[in-house]
Amino acid sequence: MEFFLVTLLNSLSYGLLLFMLSSGLTLIFSMMGVLNFAHASFYMLGAYFAFQTSQLIGFWPALIVAPAAVAALGALTERYGLRTVHKYGHVAELLFTFGLAYIIEEIVHLIWGRAPVEYKIPAVLDFSAFSIYSTQYPAYRVFMMLVSVGMLIALYLALTRTRIGLIIQASLTHPDMVEALGHNVPRVFMTVFAGGAALAGLAGVIGGNAFVTEPGMAASVGTIVFVVVVFGGMGSLAGAFVASLIIGAVQTFSVGFDYSLLTIFNQFGIQTNPESGWYDLWKVTIAQAGPVLPYVLMVLMLIFRPKGLMGTREG
Amino acid sequence: MLGQVIRASAIGAALFALGQGVAHAQSIKIAYLEGLSGPFANVGEVGLRHLQYAADRVNAKGGVLGQKIEVVPFDTKTSPQEAQLVFKQLVDQGIRYMMQGNGSAVAIALTEALAKHNSREPEKTVLYMNYGAVDPSLTNDKCNFYHFRFDADVDMKMAALTTYMAQQKDMKKVYLINQDYAFGQSVAKAARKMLGEKRPDIQIVGDDLHPLGKIKDFAPYVAKIKASGADAVISGNWGNDIALLIKAAKDAGLHAKFYTYYAGGLGTPPVIGEAGVGNLKQVTVFHSNIGGANTAAEVDGYRKRFPDSKDDFYWTSIMAAVDMLTRAMEQTKSADPTKVALAMENMKVNQVTGEAYMRPENHQLIQPIYVSTFSKTDGKEVKYDVERTGFGFKSDARIEAKETVLPTTCKFQRPKG
Repeated sequence: MEFFLVTLLNSLSYGLLLFMLSSGLTLIFSMMGVLNFAHASFYMLGAYFAFQTSQLIGFWPALIVAPAAVAALGALTERYGLRTVHKYGHVAELLFTFGLAYIIEEIVHLIWGRAPVEYKIPAVLDFSAFSIYSTQYPAYRVFMMLVSVGMLIALYLALTRTRIGLIIQASLTHPDMVEALGHNVPRVFMTVFAGGAALAGLAGVIGGNAFVTEPGMAASVGTIVFVVVVFGGMGSLAGAFVASLIIGAVQTFSVGFDYSLLTIFNQFGIQTNPESGWYDLWKVTIAQAGPVLPYVLMVLMLIFRPKGLMGTREG
Repeated sequence: MLGQVIRASAIGAALFALGQGVAHAQSIKIAYLEGLSGPFANVGEVGLRHLQYAADRVNAKGGVLGQKIEVVPFDTKTSPQEAQLVFKQLVDQGIRYMMQGNGSAVAIALTEALAKHNSREPEKTVLYMNYGAVDPSLTNDKCNFYHFRFDADVDMKMAALTTYMAQQKDMKKVYLINQDYAFGQSVAKAARKMLGEKRPDIQIVGDDLHPLGKIKDFAPYVAKIKASGADAVISGNWGNDIALLIKAAKDAGLHAKFYTYYAGGLGTPPVIGEAGVGNLKQVTVFHSNIGGANTAAEVDGYRKRFPDSKDDFYWTSIMAAVDMLTRAMEQTKSADPTKVALAMENMKVNQVTGEAYMRPENHQLIQPIYVSTFSKTDGKEVKYDVERTGFGFKSDARIEAKETVLPTTCKFQRPKG
């Protein structure tokens, strides 16, 4: 029970962080039809900006400054990068973001070096919030969840209750009509791109010190975010939310299961020993296979339901 | 940010200088193959500073055979495939000596490439000094005449550690958590076997292997350790993998004792702080508080040479390697790796921990092993802290060199010298 509750909380905090990343990605995709390969790089930049800001003026300002800086970069990327290559079609846009990811990584190498930086949890949040049976639960994780949920609510309200949100929603499905009504659709696109980047940046601010801030962080989280977006359905926010929680849970809970195919064989009375064929494969436990499971889920999803959990587009 | 840019370029320039250093035509080059980017870059840089420190010392005395030692860093990204490519590069550049120590998977890939190269080109042999890759196979079934290891291997360290653990009467349940590759697997295997022999009553309640350098959040693993009711954890993790594991354990309030190989390595002491006092143990061939004037000279000397870095003198194995190498060269009056290797076999070296010798059967340095505990500095027994944290290691046990010798299955062909 203790293990279940603690792991549940861990998976929630991780899943919510994943959602913060994937929400921006899926928004951008649904709007522009561009899969932004550099999205995880914005996450990394958020962490590094926060590290730098917290060195200079502290963690709390970083919570605002870093996402804002990432948003500005996002806006510039859209205005002077994506919009320029847009006329050459989606492949050009895809390649542009792909290259951008590498450029950002190299810039990070140049400025902050190749080793991890010491971006630490602020001292005021470095205590245990409460205990579940005998396990302490760190306050920072609670803070992470609060920030994620707060952002989730803010995003929902902004999209459904504000004028800008309505225009964004309308531009998603009827860009020509919105333009005919006198709205500047390219600027809406830029806003969405900047907003998506800011969300990734915010995820970087709170994820960078909970985990590790290093140049490899974009690559390690990038693939998982794509899994989330594909699994949840390209362009679906609700789908991304459910998928984030599911993938978070799969990754966190799989650690706890030491069952392998050998366990099943033994159940059915099949005798195995190290000399049996393929023994190394049979003895792999769920815990060891954990890191691969999200990808397995993605492949299964693509086979049986190509549009994803809540997606609307086929294939 | 500008400051950072300047600092980054200064570091870049320094690394470049380390590499180019004394770029005379006549110098003895030692290739340093390590992950200088990626998750273990910080660990790679510490080793590089140690090697530079050792090389500086030789060069200050006029070098060896009238030539300076030059350190040439290569980035392997801690990947076996990448390391084999890097090996080709250093061969192409005519470098005859190389050093590596982080990652047994890399080390195994390198010895294989080395064996092939040396048998094909006996005139251009390369000698491999391994300062920290401790998978036992490197000095057993996969041993190679041109490979010398200066750190004690997994089994030697585990024998020392389990002897110490067996004396802890209150220990009931042990949990094993290791990195999923050659080294981590051999730690788990050795722990099971040796604990089973020395304390059959101890129950092994968990045996986890996790991907190397990929886990950024160990909280799920810690929840599992907690659920198992373990009162002790054995882990061979190194670099960020141990620092993050300990951090997660501290956050969750896990009160088990940690028996580790590399808790004293870079990055872990600042993370754990007060929470580790008395609970965190390591088995090593050296730590800063083993005492003696020579130890103090080394630690102070290193801090003086690298005042900005937060790491400390750690790798006595790198010092022993450079020391043996230069003495073998002077003895044979040759920089030919085959002659040097033949001279290095059976050589004795006086290091800070006492006398050590190279075992000729498998080229493993035989030296004392220490078990030590993370403690607050007290100015006497715990004189030196690690990474300027105010905490250092205190010796619990010293296992003498001759007691660490284990049987070996190594059989290599000696070239005619």
